Amino acid sequence: MNSLIKTAALVGTDAVAEAMRQINPDVVAAYPITPQTAIVETFSQMVADGLVKTQMIAVESEHSAMSATIGAASSGIRAMTCTSSQGLALMWELLYIASGLRLPIVMPNVNRSLSAPINIHCDHGDSMGARDSGWIQLFSENAQEAYDNTIQAIRIAEHPDIQLPVMVLMDGFIISHSIDRLDLQDDTSVQKFIGSRNPAYSLLDSQNPTSVGTFDSLYGYFFEFKRQQEEGMINALNVIQEVGNEFGTLFGRSYGLFETVGMEDAEYAVIATGSAAGTIRMEVEHLRSSGVPIGMIKLRSFRPFPAKQLAELLSGLKAVAVFDRSDTFAGHMGGPIFIELRSSLYDLEKKPLTINYVYGLGGRDLSEKLVKKAAGELMETAQNGFVRQTVNYLGLRE
Amino acid sequence: MSTKLKDLVKKPQILSGGHRLCAGCGAPIAVRQVLMGMPDDIQLVVACPTGCLEVSTTIYPYTSWNCSYIHCAFENAAATLSGVETAYRSLKEQDKLKEDYRFIAFGGDGGTYDIGFQALSGALERGHRLIYVCYNNEAYMNTGIQRSGATIMGTWTTTSPHGDNSFGKKENQKNMTAIAAAHNIPYVAQASISHWKDLVRKAQKAFAADGPAFLNVLSPCHRGWRFPMEKTVEMAKLAVQTCMWPLYEVEQGKWNLTTKVRDKKPIEEYLKPQGRFGHLFKSSPEVIAAIQDNVDREWEKLLRLCGE
Amino acid sequence: MTWDITEIQKWDWKKHPFGGTIKDPGNSRKFKTGGWRAFRPVRDENKCTQCLICYVFCPDSAIKTKDDKIIEIDYSFCKGCGICAQECPLDAIRMCDETKEQS
Repeated sequence: MNSLIKTAALVGTDAVAEAMRQINPDVVAAYPITPQTAIVETFSQMVADGLVKTQMIAVESEHSAMSATIGAASSGIRAMTCTSSQGLALMWELLYIASGLRLPIVMPNVNRSLSAPINIHCDHGDSMGARDSGWIQLFSENAQEAYDNTIQAIRIAEHPDIQLPVMVLMDGFIISHSIDRLDLQDDTSVQKFIGSRNPAYSLLDSQNPTSVGTFDSLYGYFFEFKRQQEEGMINALNVIQEVGNEFGTLFGRSYGLFETVGMEDAEYAVIATGSAAGTIRMEVEHLRSSGVPIGMIKLRSFRPFPAKQLAELLSGLKAVAVFDRSDTFAGHMGGPIFIELRSSLYDLEKKPLTINYVYGLGGRDLSEKLVKKAAGELMETAQNGFVRQTVNYLGLRE
Repeated sequence: MSTKLKDLVKKPQILSGGHRLCAGCGAPIAVRQVLMGMPDDIQLVVACPTGCLEVSTTIYPYTSWNCSYIHCAFENAAATLSGVETAYRSLKEQDKLKEDYRFIAFGGDGGTYDIGFQALSGALERGHRLIYVCYNNEAYMNTGIQRSGATIMGTWTTTSPHGDNSFGKKENQKNMTAIAAAHNIPYVAQASISHWKDLVRKAQKAFAADGPAFLNVLSPCHRGWRFPMEKTVEMAKLAVQTCMWPLYEVEQGKWNLTTKVRDKKPIEEYLKPQGRFGHLFKSSPEVIAAIQDNVDREWEKLLRLCGE
Repeated sequence: MTWDITEIQKWDWKKHPFGGTIKDPGNSRKFKTGGWRAFRPVRDENKCTQCLICYVFCPDSAIKTKDDKIIEIDYSFCKGCGICAQECPLDAIRMCDETKEQS
């Protein structure tokens, strides 16, 4: 391993700010919102201290944060922003424009619930609302992964076959405001890993003055552009894996579309993402040590959704429990991960039974006890061969 | 810098023909006159919010812009352009770009007075070196003539129609030029396509300003205002002559009247030829009097501000 | 960059530039709007003093110039709005019925 590692104790927001310092983007436009604020604060101090070359735009809203980031990224340079919750919601129309213009913007989003009622704590309702906006979405389990994902996101976004924006997701407060031990790579290795951006177009290319954001009329080509975007997402399935492998070779921490525990001999499995994966893993490992054939999948890439890969892994299993930290309000359809997973399993000859646990909305804690309860019901489902209740609310006062 | 036509005509045409704005549209006249004030040997990035100019000049696979151009959304031309301008400063500081660039937004009154107001205010306050031009036709014309914050009292639009219980738009327009001036930016001006020399001179000052500049340019829309298409420039001229649209500038905080109107024409001469005010002459003469009162009051206020 | 779009309607989805960006500045010159015209401005060269007022007010960049002189009205783009005729201080431009002019 060539890269020097420094072990540090940082809160998640500082881990992300540190990744941003090492990426050293040309432009950052951002607006404060709890619980993302600490990223903007820490990064602003880095700018003030001359630790980065970045030009910072302290905009007057998240809408303008994303607009300015789009303008900057269209100018051929590396531009970043970050947000949370209502801020992400305010950016909504621009998320589609960033992906439609094929701009490789990287944006950490500190997951927080959406109003009303107003609540500043974690759930995944904010980023799940943007799941069809054409952004790649990578979840992080802890500060280490938030740091690693932010760095890898640059490479993924700017890959010539992708050219799409990436949202790096981390759970509000649980990751963003907890001190965690993590390994930081040295600046030179990070710079070498990310390389420089080679834009598809630039407003500041004086040899090729470019019109960006053109109008497409009824007899135009909108359909073709959208198909191109989907191709970028399809390509991302391979590129996320490749970049994750390369990161592992260089820095010792490999990443893929998801991570597994004990899936080689599992008869039933749980799927989760974000910080809850830690609690769930503990319970899964505990059960496995007492001989229970349970496995676990920690989903990293929600967009693109690794449907085929998950289906292969789950074929022949007796039952699968999906943990969702948001609801779709679709009338008892369950959470978004559950819906995507069930759709992924549809073509399997040997489909597992599926149960959904919606948990942790508005920051409600997922305790070991609750995970045990769900795991117990999963085992019972596998033994009985039928699902008693498909969508369950875990930790709800009932 | 020269404002002689013999010199201006030699400047490159930034806006090509082949755009699909209506015959007789005021917007491209405003754009062409503003860009006649552009310095030589610079590169340009234009930004447009959503609107007539945007949809008509960049219908894929065609663009009428002989420079770089970006459209992002409706309410964010100023924010988008501030990102471009910041990217430029970043590249300049890193010594990665040789050419000198200027940045200019052209937005309609809807994208400026209403939905784009916040982003514009933010960009002006942050001090980006960019010019924001409002090609003002006093309503949402791209969606088919709806009232905006720039629409004057009494105007018929499709969302301020006249009827038994309505004389048209009830409220006065807001004074966007004065609001821009309240940001204490280097240069703010109100201009009209009819007074091209005044407009070109103001554009030259806006390009030279070392910070944000705002130009509010009256650009009549004959479809929305209901007059024959060859009268576009004529209507703009009447707006100036009646003091409905006074021409002035605010340079480093100093207010200056750039066109002195000695014999102010009565407002009827401006309202009468326009179908959007036709109903006032039939059923609401008191509104015409109220419009005249507003014009007189605002004109007096302006004269005081300009020390006239 | 000159961009060949003659066959664009037959292109498959892979061939279009990312995001609909155009790197051929001012290529709307290939799109002729002259067909919109009902009345055609005709300039009387004897009356015209080359004051260039028509150039300043033309919405369609259709007054063609060389150095500082008007050479012609570009009928590929002129939509026939009549502003040039209206604003000409010497009445050197008159609007003629397009169908009659063509025949």
